Amino acid sequence: MNWFKKSASETQITHGQRLWLYITASTIMFLLVVPTLIVIPMSFSASQYLEFPPKDWSFRWYESYFSSNAWMSATATSLKAGLFTMLVATPIGVIASYGLHVSSHRAARLVYMLLITPIMIPVILIGIGSFYIYVQIGLVNTMFGLVVAHTILALPLVLIVVTSAFKSFDMGQEQAARSLGASRFTAFMTVTLPQIRFSVITAALLAFLTSFDEVIVAMFISGGDNATLTKNMFNALRDQIDPTIASISTIMIIVSTTLVIVTQIFGKGKGVK
Amino acid sequence: MSTTNGLPISISGITKRYGNLYALDNIDLEIKQGEFLTLLGPSGSGKTTLLMALAGFTRPDHGSIKFGDEEIILKAPHQRGVGMMFQNYALFPHMNVSQNISYPLRLRKVNKTEIAERVNQALETVQLTGFGDRGINQLSGGQRQRVALARAIVFGPRILLMDEPLSALDKNLREKMQIELRHLHEELGMTTVYVTHDQREALTMSDRIVVINNGKLMQCATPLDLYDYPANKFVAEFIGESAFLKVDHQGDGIYFDGQKLVVETLPKKQKDLLLMVRPERLMVMVDGQNTKDMNIFNVTVSEIVYQGETKMIYVILDDGVSMSMRLSTRSGQPQNQIDKGDKIKLVLHKSDTTVVVDGGY
Amino acid sequence: MSISTYGHVNEQELKNHATKERRILLGLTYPAVFCVITVMVIPVAWLFYLSFIGSDGNFSLEHYQRMLDSKSYARIFLMTFKVSLLTTVICICIGYPLAYFLSQLPARVANICMLSVLLPFWTSLLVRTYSWLVLLQRKGIINQAGMDMGFWDEPLKLVHNLSGTLIGMVHIMLPFLILPLYASMKSIPQDYMKASSNLGATPTQSFWQVFFPLSLPGLMAGSLIVFILSLGFFVTPAILGGGKVIMVAMQITNNIELFYDWGAASALGVVLLVMTFGILFIASKLVRLDNVLGGGH
Repeated sequence: MNWFKKSASETQITHGQRLWLYITASTIMFLLVVPTLIVIPMSFSASQYLEFPPKDWSFRWYESYFSSNAWMSATATSLKAGLFTMLVATPIGVIASYGLHVSSHRAARLVYMLLITPIMIPVILIGIGSFYIYVQIGLVNTMFGLVVAHTILALPLVLIVVTSAFKSFDMGQEQAARSLGASRFTAFMTVTLPQIRFSVITAALLAFLTSFDEVIVAMFISGGDNATLTKNMFNALRDQIDPTIASISTIMIIVSTTLVIVTQIFGKGKGVK
Repeated sequence: MSTTNGLPISISGITKRYGNLYALDNIDLEIKQGEFLTLLGPSGSGKTTLLMALAGFTRPDHGSIKFGDEEIILKAPHQRGVGMMFQNYALFPHMNVSQNISYPLRLRKVNKTEIAERVNQALETVQLTGFGDRGINQLSGGQRQRVALARAIVFGPRILLMDEPLSALDKNLREKMQIELRHLHEELGMTTVYVTHDQREALTMSDRIVVINNGKLMQCATPLDLYDYPANKFVAEFIGESAFLKVDHQGDGIYFDGQKLVVETLPKKQKDLLLMVRPERLMVMVDGQNTKDMNIFNVTVSEIVYQGETKMIYVILDDGVSMSMRLSTRSGQPQNQIDKGDKIKLVLHKSDTTVVVDGGY
Repeated sequence: MSISTYGHVNEQELKNHATKERRILLGLTYPAVFCVITVMVIPVAWLFYLSFIGSDGNFSLEHYQRMLDSKSYARIFLMTFKVSLLTTVICICIGYPLAYFLSQLPARVANICMLSVLLPFWTSLLVRTYSWLVLLQRKGIINQAGMDMGFWDEPLKLVHNLSGTLIGMVHIMLPFLILPLYASMKSIPQDYMKASSNLGATPTQSFWQVFFPLSLPGLMAGSLIVFILSLGFFVTPAILGGGKVIMVAMQITNNIELFYDWGAASALGVVLLVMTFGILFIASKLVRLDNVLGGGH
């Protein structure tokens, strides 16, 4: 019981006096994590009603997911859209961020604000707005249209992550490389990029997840063969509780958790943000 | 390391303005081939801006910079072929020592065997043989400084720029490196431009020193001339210690408080003149001393401060102006008996009696 | 070298160089700017235009007029504000103690506990909404447990209403409050707390008089993000609200999907946008938004 009397902070408050804080915080952490993960055990339930703990275990909801052409095609669409969004948003976000960081142009601040706007304005506006434009130019239900729309949603995140990396990066390194004979481009590729690579990877994964998890824009502009997984899930949820969604949710949790762990391991290992 | 011949640098009319502030105000400067030239000034004086203009990282508003006969002011930094050492060394942490040093050679597509050879030579030059595989984070401050130097000279630049490269080192190491850099410069012969705010470092290392203040070039001279014949009060005050006594030019000579001073040369300017008195040039007058070629001051001792190898005697002149005198602490000298409150006579030799113009700020 | 019309050596050439470099560097942003203009600026401008076009194809304020006249629109806006405000307040009450707890932990433990915030943050909001739907339904775990333990006899109606919506939204928004708040708490120097206790403050006094005021910018930033995001929320109220919680974003969708009324949808969108930027504008006078959004320089 000595721990209770030990000092817990610089102000000499003891752990015992802080017990209420520890209990409150643990409860909140529990309430954050458990509802996120509860679908995992439930997805293995044999029953239609997803009890917890499941009385009988089965893979039937996974079977129903993997054997459904509609779900499989939607999954493929979401993965493709996520991948393309990552491949488009990351490079154009990184070069834009670099340009704004080194530029002394008056307009730089304004451009930054413009590129950040997509996360500030309600997504529904981008949803119906892009839908309206896409109808006119025939981009509705196309992969290309979906990727462009998701790219602007991912850009602000790429920009924020990469800009903060540039800010903590010593641009003197790039000057040194240039004084040694490297052009600005070579200096960036050989000196700057290798050192901010973890931020760039994080930004890329965020871009992927932004697209992969996106519901509202996809609801309007994706459809037919190019309907996304989230669009189909959302429609299914509005009608009834389809237990297949528990198995899909489990797979989505595993995908995002793996991505987070990968970035954490990479980031921590090198001590670079 | 192959010895290279330095290139002369010719700077004319270089001006850089930030808003209404002149970082560089119409600078003209000729740097000789193989010279070790130091840019000295307080922080914000424009010395680093000038160095960055030479390296290509600051674009002046107008003016001309020539390396040899070639105008380079419009050239990108990587086309200028100058070696540069940065204040924080700017070593690449994702490369080891060898990779850092070989970086400029790899950019120049030098073949592998030659790279290995030249990297080893460079490591030898900076006395880091065998350190090639070390990571940058495993090096001490002094070792990093040497790697930065090796990287800046490995590709045989004919001009070397250094931006306060020793400021991060402790005092002992700094003094050791000053001498090493000086030797290296003599060995390699490249034209070197060195930026510092440390006047002692400038005096120790340079062939010539350029003093800069508020973007203006104050004076360009050898260390000796700069110390003994500063162009104005700013330079005199920035380099070494001194007291300034107001003097008048009355046509036939220089007068201080009604007393005509013996001087070697009369200044051209008539107004705003000051007598510069360096503490170590003053002496206590002893009985029977020959005072020909000496100026004599009657003073009262106000304070004695012991500083180890020397002591400072603070004195007040008859008209209330104060100055100081530096004396050695050797024992057995008559001046050791001086006490606070004593009235004594001080002498200053004719050749130490320098009159400077007030100004330079 | 040449003497230019400016009369100074190389002046014109240097000026041209500087302009060219500035243009090239700014040019690096063009691909991104192009995307944002095509998919966001032009469409939103179109919506503005549409919102002022009446059913007869001429300029008209009828869509805005209807918003003012109709009781149902007033209800929707009221509901949107109510849900956003309640979500923000509950997030503050729950988030502040947790952020404080995390900020007081040694780095290693804090990183592990931080996962409890990051895991939901990175998990699809659709998945989390679904989880709550399953948990809160009539035959869900919570009702089962409550009845098994004898707290209540009949299954409670926990979902398809306001409380279900709020539970889901708070869970989804909490990380957005905690992350900036935690960052601002971490940046408060420990020395301040030492100093105040050295000056005679009790731990409680130190907290309220030193720590809490210094954590306010982070709290403001986090609350702002939560409130703004809540205003435009769609997925969670649509699934957990069961038609009883209709927010602006849902009404916009209904106008388009059910009635194909672009004018009305656009007008609602414009009002939502103006509210959002209005709040951001007011907030920018109170908090430095740079801290929230990364900032350009």
